[in-house]
Amino acid sequence: MGSRSSHAALIPDVENIRRETGFSQASLLRLYHRFRALDRSKKGYLSRADLQQIGALAVNPLGDRIIDSFFPDGSQRVDFSGFVRVLAHFRPIDDDTGVRDPKQPEPLNSRTNKLRFAFQLYDLDQDGKISRHEMLQVLRLMVGVQVTEEQLESITDRTVQEADEDGDGAVSFLEFTKSLEKMDIEQKMSIRILK
Amino acid sequence: MGLKVFVPFSPWNRLLFLVALVGSEASSSLNESANSPAQHAPKSWFAASSSMPDERISVFELDYDYVQIPYEVTLWILLASLAKIGFHLYHRLPGLMPESCLLITVGALVGSIIFGTDHKSPPVMDSSIYFLYLLPPIVLESGYFMPTRPFFENIGSILWWAGLGALVNAFGIGLSLYLVCQVRAFGLGDISLLENLLFGSLISAVDPVAVLAVFEEARVNEQLYMIIFGEALLNDGISVVLYNILIAFTKMHKFEDIEPVDILAGCARFIIVGCGGVVFGIIFGFISAFITRFTQNISAIEPLIVFMFSYLSYLAAETLYLSGILAITACAVTMKKYVEENVSQTSYTTIKYFMKMLSSVSETLIFIFMGVSTIGKNHEWNWAFICFTLLFCQIWRAISVFTLFYVSNQFRTFPFSIKDQCIIFYSGVRGAGSFSLAFLLPLSLFPRKKLFVTATLVVIYFTAFVQGITIGPLVRYLDVRKTNKKESINEELHTRLMDHLKAGIEDVCGQWSHYQVRDKFRKFDHRYLRKILIRKNLPKSSIVSLYKKLEMKQAIEMVETGILSSTAFSISNQAQRIQGIKRLSPEDVESMRDILTHNLYRVRQRTPSYNKYNLKPQTSEKQAKEILIRRQNTLRESMRKGHSLPWAKPAGTKNIRYLSVPYSNLQPPERDTRAPESTDGDGSDPEFPPITFHAHSQTGLLQERRLTQELIPMRNLYRGGKAFGSGYEGNRSREEHAGRGRRAVLRPRPLFHAVDEEYESGEEAEGEASVAGSSWTAEHGHNMGHHESHSPLLQRK
Repeated sequence: MGSRSSHAALIPDVENIRRETGFSQASLLRLYHRFRALDRSKKGYLSRADLQQIGALAVNPLGDRIIDSFFPDGSQRVDFSGFVRVLAHFRPIDDDTGVRDPKQPEPLNSRTNKLRFAFQLYDLDQDGKISRHEMLQVLRLMVGVQVTEEQLESITDRTVQEADEDGDGAVSFLEFTKSLEKMDIEQKMSIRILK
Repeated sequence: MGLKVFVPFSPWNRLLFLVALVGSEASSSLNESANSPAQHAPKSWFAASSSMPDERISVFELDYDYVQIPYEVTLWILLASLAKIGFHLYHRLPGLMPESCLLITVGALVGSIIFGTDHKSPPVMDSSIYFLYLLPPIVLESGYFMPTRPFFENIGSILWWAGLGALVNAFGIGLSLYLVCQVRAFGLGDISLLENLLFGSLISAVDPVAVLAVFEEARVNEQLYMIIFGEALLNDGISVVLYNILIAFTKMHKFEDIEPVDILAGCARFIIVGCGGVVFGIIFGFISAFITRFTQNISAIEPLIVFMFSYLSYLAAETLYLSGILAITACAVTMKKYVEENVSQTSYTTIKYFMKMLSSVSETLIFIFMGVSTIGKNHEWNWAFICFTLLFCQIWRAISVFTLFYVSNQFRTFPFSIKDQCIIFYSGVRGAGSFSLAFLLPLSLFPRKKLFVTATLVVIYFTAFVQGITIGPLVRYLDVRKTNKKESINEELHTRLMDHLKAGIEDVCGQWSHYQVRDKFRKFDHRYLRKILIRKNLPKSSIVSLYKKLEMKQAIEMVETGILSSTAFSISNQAQRIQGIKRLSPEDVESMRDILTHNLYRVRQRTPSYNKYNLKPQTSEKQAKEILIRRQNTLRESMRKGHSLPWAKPAGTKNIRYLSVPYSNLQPPERDTRAPESTDGDGSDPEFPPITFHAHSQTGLLQERRLTQELIPMRNLYRGGKAFGSGYEGNRSREEHAGRGRRAVLRPRPLFHAVDEEYESGEEAEGEASVAGSSWTAEHGHNMGHHESHSPLLQRK
């Protein structure tokens, strides 16, 4: 690719990343270039402001939360491996994982991990449950201005009620997974170009 | 010759009268093909009376001939527009059948009216009018609205498919029909090979964009969309080029000896015509982009420049017998990027709308003319020819689709699936292009022109109606989505969340270019072209102020519709029914589902949706603004707090919601009672526990200070808040609050009454105010005095 030939050597720690995320060399290279393009001041890491520069995210109702998911544990910067790790969740599921070594951790793009990633978007306080309040928050973010509070409340109630099995008024991860078992998560949370 | 007024006779008037009479006599003599009997009478009366010089002057006259052509054309266009309005009123119709069906129907209707009244229709369409006036707007519009990035990313496939596909189809159909013609039994023996080939070329001009609207909601992937669009774009041009070459051939050789040299010359000409047209278009595109660089003071002529240059490129190319269609397409594509940046917002909108309007008018006229010639006496029906035409059209399209894509799939990173190919095959709907080309065949060269026209009409009607109507269900059938199952509310919500999430992550990933050529072009473009073609010193301020104005308006609307109203109500409600699990009836669930369907924000579509007959409605922009306003609230909040972003805290601490309110005059008395602790940024004051403001609503976008200080929204806020506050120890909180005495720090930033909406805590907003290092600007609102409602819910830890 001209001056950007396969400088895999440019990417720090490329082998580990590959193993952990399962990206192909070409994809990693492309992601690296994207990382570099986002990192305008060439700091070597991305800050929140860098991600907020992406205009399309600004009009995404969940834009802020998506940006936050790149910064786990309160950190303020994300390096390339962190960046790729998040994106690895959206790799299409490999069809050829026939026999997987059970001892190895599940690949980042497994169904469970994808669901866990989505779960994180709801569960801001990371307590492993989506409380009714957190659900309400998300709902509020995603809905236009015409919906009244009462309507939102009742929708939230219904949502939690449908999923909540042990009656604690919150949706745990297992309940969350169970409520979505019929859905084609793999397709919904996979991005084709991230092979 | 309009109205004549009765005037008294005087020499001057006598002169006028004579002139007028002569004039009316002339007009009445021109009036052979009188339209309706009603108009005959007055005319003949005039004719009779004009012989006598001192006849009475008529008070009232009709002169239909004078206005006939524009009058009827206007009526047709109006009729089509009314039909379109009606079509869209019933909102399910556009999803059922393509709009071209509607236009065809209207055309047929008009045709039958004209036929029924035995009216001689005005000669709207002849070769020069079509090629000079009706065709360019249609082509310009499709070139202009084409999304450039996906187009160029897929350009290999598009050229391969559109170019070769058109050729394969044309020659395939032509040859097969020729073979059919050889069969004596059908009585088609006099149609030569050339004529068959010509017919093949004109019948293979597809108009697949017409069906795009039908399966828009099936969310076809971007590649498929681009292929269809690209094919539509290039197909017209290629068909016309082929058509012209074959006509030239026919003129040259009225008998069947064509030498190989001529064939080679024809191929060479094809290539030259095509490429030459494109080159011309690009040149004109650059010129017009360059000129728009200088039009900032006279922005009213910007649309004019755009249109005139595009049209000029078409005409210039046609002068040299190059492909005008490809020229105007290339011009539009080239010009668009730079022009969009240069012209003012209003010019941009004008250009878009005007283009749509022009192309819509052209297409309407063509379809009406098609309808007129459908219902007429000049048809020739030949079962064999027509049936085989239909058959071969489908067969050859299938052949070309599956073989060409099989080949191109080998080279693509993301091959087209069989489903995609089926959709492409089935979208081969013929449209106005084929009809025009058939209609304009010179009768001298084609004695059996009527047969061709009839066959073309049959194919168009069949494909437009049958295929157009059934392609929607077909696409939905092929689509993997399980749309039949009713999703639970849970699933619906989560699905939407995931869609947004996926769109967001896709945006983070950005667009990946597959070709380094594109990157090289971009660099070149950035370094040289943009400097030449784009205006310097784009007045950003106007854009910014426009945005601010819009945002303000939006914010006001949001407040007024109640979204920014206090949630104190809800909070108190929550407090009451914290434990109640309501059993909801099915109707409730249904209504919830309805609410969700209508109000959930739409996921951002990455593929720009193109509708041939419409411009995208503004709802997505409204949605974007709402989201932006909300986000700005939270962003301002977080920025004011400095680095302690609410979401970036360690687990366990809950979020803060606090209110900051414009500084007000009621402050001083309260503040003076206590020693104001103007500790800026001293959050962890040991005396006072961390305060959590339990604030309400996602409100509070007060207008910026530099704009007006209207406190109306605040009033809305507090009204609700009052009820809430009363539940707490008013005095105590007031004391504490006043005691905190945070001075209003008059920061250069406008003071916002903003609330961070993302709090995970429940009703009791516990938690520390993590204000490490941030400056508190917790001012008291001026209503604070009597409402300490929204005042903080203080809790001692």
